[in-house]
Amino acid sequence: MLNFLARRIVQLVPTLFFVSVLIFSLQQLLPGDPALVMAGEERDPAVIEQIRQQYRLDQPVPVQYFYWIKGVLSGDFGESLRNKVPVRELIAQKLPVTIQLASMAIVIAFLIGIPAGIVSAVKKGTALDYGANIFALWGISTPNFWLGIMLIFLFSIQLGWLPASGYVPLTENWRASLASTIMPAFVLGNAIAAILMRHTRSAMLQVLESDYVRTARAKGLFERSVILKHAMRNALTPVITLGALELGTLLSGAVLTEQIFSIPGFGKLIVDAVFNRDYAVVQGVVLTTATIYITLNLIADIAYILVNPRLRG
Amino acid sequence: MTDAVAGSLPVISDELESPAQRALRRLFKRKGAIVGLAVIAAFIVIALFAPLVSPYDPVATSWSLVRKAPSAQHWFGTDDLGRDILARVIYGARASLMAGAISVGIALSIGVPFGLLAGYRGGFIDALISRITDAMLACPFLILAIALAAFLGPSLGNAMIAIGISATPIFIRLTRGQVMSVKVEDYVEAARAMGNPPWRIALFHILPNILPALLVQATLSIAMAIIAEAALSFLGLGQQPPAPSWGSMLNSAQRFLSNAPWMAIWPGLAIFLVVLSFNLVGDGLRDALDPRERA
Repeated sequence: MLNFLARRIVQLVPTLFFVSVLIFSLQQLLPGDPALVMAGEERDPAVIEQIRQQYRLDQPVPVQYFYWIKGVLSGDFGESLRNKVPVRELIAQKLPVTIQLASMAIVIAFLIGIPAGIVSAVKKGTALDYGANIFALWGISTPNFWLGIMLIFLFSIQLGWLPASGYVPLTENWRASLASTIMPAFVLGNAIAAILMRHTRSAMLQVLESDYVRTARAKGLFERSVILKHAMRNALTPVITLGALELGTLLSGAVLTEQIFSIPGFGKLIVDAVFNRDYAVVQGVVLTTATIYITLNLIADIAYILVNPRLRG
Repeated sequence: MTDAVAGSLPVISDELESPAQRALRRLFKRKGAIVGLAVIAAFIVIALFAPLVSPYDPVATSWSLVRKAPSAQHWFGTDDLGRDILARVIYGARASLMAGAISVGIALSIGVPFGLLAGYRGGFIDALISRITDAMLACPFLILAIALAAFLGPSLGNAMIAIGISATPIFIRLTRGQVMSVKVEDYVEAARAMGNPPWRIALFHILPNILPALLVQATLSIAMAIIAEAALSFLGLGQQPPAPSWGSMLNSAQRFLSNAPWMAIWPGLAIFLVVLSFNLVGDGLRDALDPRERA
């Protein structure tokens, strides 16, 4: 176990190195003089010179990378060109909003996806199974930004039940906070629920055909006990770890969902940064997202080994 | 006797038909895949013959027709500039389908050679390519595409490049995994024993055998790329106005949701239908190409 963990962490070092190179290289894609492009409308030579100094654009690319990664490793992602605020502070402000949204989305995804997958497997070939499969296809094929717009139309404009946009922090008023985040959380969770449903269904089908389930049935146990105690526990282990890996889908989805519902989170931060040509913020957000994703992958791997005794050796 | 003959028939037909014929026969047995293929074919025809099919010019504005509800003259209604929404949905199919096909083409043309190289050569090259792939996969697909499109500049062409590059690691990883399982097969050993150079073995002996898996992934990736193009256009990083795109149509529709909801319904429905169809065909292909399925 410890060996595996050590090997896994050692493997992360080159991955993180390449992630940093990849994100740093984005800057090289800027057409023409990067300082001019970053300055945007601002044509003041002093500002352009300041950008050149800040990013060491007059130095060779490897030197630029060295200074950039040195800053990143000490938690300095640079400064937002527009707000003149450290990128780290912006990320620290926005991340909790997206974490709240993502956590609600994951809960919704598990509440829909897992029961739907179990029912679909247990009632294979019935109308319930077809219904769950149609739900899964619908979930993975519906663009979340369209679903968001349609939900706003229905629940905010037509029925007037929920606010169409805006965000209230959980600490300020929990009811208003839930009301402002339930629609975006559902939009985000819907696609993941569909993926989880498919994983749960196939894992359950495999487990239901195994010898120990047959033995449990032969012992005369109630079907409910066979499914809930014997089959489900074993089938859900890989599904839960796979669920953790869907965080990438969730973070991607948050970009558009937060834009539609005007939620000041991580996704909106990157979109605003793109339009303000605030490239340091774009790089900071992508790097943070990748680091979160890699860390969750590692946690999922460890969790998988911890719950699977055969892999512990 | 009759039963025995009847029972042996499928085996004979299985041996007579080529793997491609068998896969096609299995694919056409799946209703979902057939519906998906029909919808995709319809959208391709509409996109190709847009000038003939479209009732109006998709960029012609008319101040007297601003935000008119669906009617006999304008089946899908008109938008905030008085443009016919049906015409824009028809022309928008061009951007979406082209983005789906070209971005996946880019991803395949970079991903497959690198995957073949990593899987076949192994060693340091494999480790290097795999770590770079891991690094790319660590950045969520759409976030990487947005970042790339932001740095490249907003346009449909750059959006396709951004989506293509973001989808590349999926194909590198898939190809590498497939090559590693195929390269230990006897026929690859035989090709090597006959003195074939590595590039020939990779291209003519391994690649044809991993094509089914690539085909399934490519079909599902087109669905993903179409959503990504719509997302980038929605954010203003893809197709630029006034050229029609389903994503940018949804963006402008959002501002008029309370008094012109039809502006949001049709482009969204078009994206949903095309993506659903590619997913249905992808699922059907996966089942049809699965050697464990004997039907």
